[in-house]
Amino acid sequence: MSDVKFTEEHEWVALDGDIGTVGITDYAQDQLGDVVYVELPAVGAEFTKGEQAAVVESVKAASEIYAPVSGAVVEVNPALSDNPALVNESAMTDGWFFKLRIQEPSEFDELMDETAYATFVEDLD
Amino acid sequence: MASKGNKRTPLYDFHVELGAKIVAFADYAMPVQYPTGILTEHNHTRDAAGLFDVSHMGQVTIRGADPITALETLVPADIRSLPIGGMRYTMLTNEQGGILDDLIVTRLADGIGVIVNAACKDADLAHLRAQLGSRCDVELDDDRALLALQGPKAAVILDRLVPGVAELSFMTVRAFDVAGSVWRISRSGYTGEDGFEISLPGGEAANFARRLLEQPDVAPIGLGARDSLRLEAGLCLYGHDIDETTTPVEAGLRWTIGKRRRDEANFPGAPVVLAQISQGPKRRRIGIRPDGPAPAREGTVIEEESGKTVGQITSGGFGPAVGGPVAMGYVESSMAEEGCPLGLVVRGKRREAHVIKLPFVPHKYIK
Repeated sequence: MSDVKFTEEHEWVALDGDIGTVGITDYAQDQLGDVVYVELPAVGAEFTKGEQAAVVESVKAASEIYAPVSGAVVEVNPALSDNPALVNESAMTDGWFFKLRIQEPSEFDELMDETAYATFVEDLD
Repeated sequence: MASKGNKRTPLYDFHVELGAKIVAFADYAMPVQYPTGILTEHNHTRDAAGLFDVSHMGQVTIRGADPITALETLVPADIRSLPIGGMRYTMLTNEQGGILDDLIVTRLADGIGVIVNAACKDADLAHLRAQLGSRCDVELDDDRALLALQGPKAAVILDRLVPGVAELSFMTVRAFDVAGSVWRISRSGYTGEDGFEISLPGGEAANFARRLLEQPDVAPIGLGARDSLRLEAGLCLYGHDIDETTTPVEAGLRWTIGKRRRDEANFPGAPVVLAQISQGPKRRRIGIRPDGPAPAREGTVIEEESGKTVGQITSGGFGPAVGGPVAMGYVESSMAEEGCPLGLVVRGKRREAHVIKLPFVPHKYIK
């Protein structure tokens, strides 16, 4: 069973062992609107927390996705190239972006949990 | 644009009721999309009928002694040859041949109607009044709303509510008496589809919009899909694809310059514009189809094979009916041939693209 945490930039990361799966939240996909293209990082690419790791493009605009924790990319979601709309349909599950082997478990611990994120989003509206 | 969006159209409450996402556009609080989203709205307009609120645009009337001759001093179009009820696309030009705004001009029985862009409304009014004020009255019809109904089913639907509109031919307008008030309805639009624009008193707009939405096949469409629809149709957006630094010739709009006006050569910027017509402009607006799936947005640098910069994208995004990214921009004329390969620098990486003939989606205007 994985533990899910959230960033203020509306990424989620689900930790399973030392592998963190990263995506954007349902709130984020709703704000972006119809996703038409996702640019994913290369497998093996290394990111430090907060570094730009992917780009999601809606009909309207391009938005940057940041690495919520430091780590090296071990896998990217192959389904997104054919069906970027998965991000809208299933932001929290099938619409994941990439998986990182994380380096600093403390970075994960510092992120918001689901309740904290829900409060954070409520305060935005 | 640091706009607060503090102005509202008569349909503001209607948009909010429908759950629209509201954004600031040219000082107006406007719906960018409704809950179904831009893709659905776009496709619905291409397949059925979309209802747009374009009341933010300026509806101007010029009246006085010979308003035709007066307006022709500011635009390169042949207005005189328009029959009453005829409409023409043209632009206000400056002395350098640059475009101050693009307009739809209508010849009315008692004057000239001009539809101007929301963002240019104040500047256009000041310009028109400064240049024509001594001989004409220039009035902004601020109490009227403007709706557009666009798409292959628009004619059948609108004719049910306002009988007779289906007989209008493309780029003509007629006044209709609707329960005692005067509506001006034209066969025109900004989507590449058949459709209508309806000028009516602001107080009647929300009720009529509701009646339209009760019709099968009508959905409300926001500014997001308005932009993707016009881009697929290869139509210019002022401030992006055309502005004070682009001429009608560079923009591929020489068809809007009347033959008589070329001979008379008496519109602002005529020497520059006519020289470009005879010698060819140094750069041209083109359609661009990226070869890969990544959209290339406004501001993207365009390169030739060698890596030399040859131009810039002025509108770019995703074309839902095309099923991929589409863009327009300017390149040096030597690179403007259909099929010419181009490089687009997106996020620091060169991506391949090629020049494509506009529009991306064929126009379906009725003859």
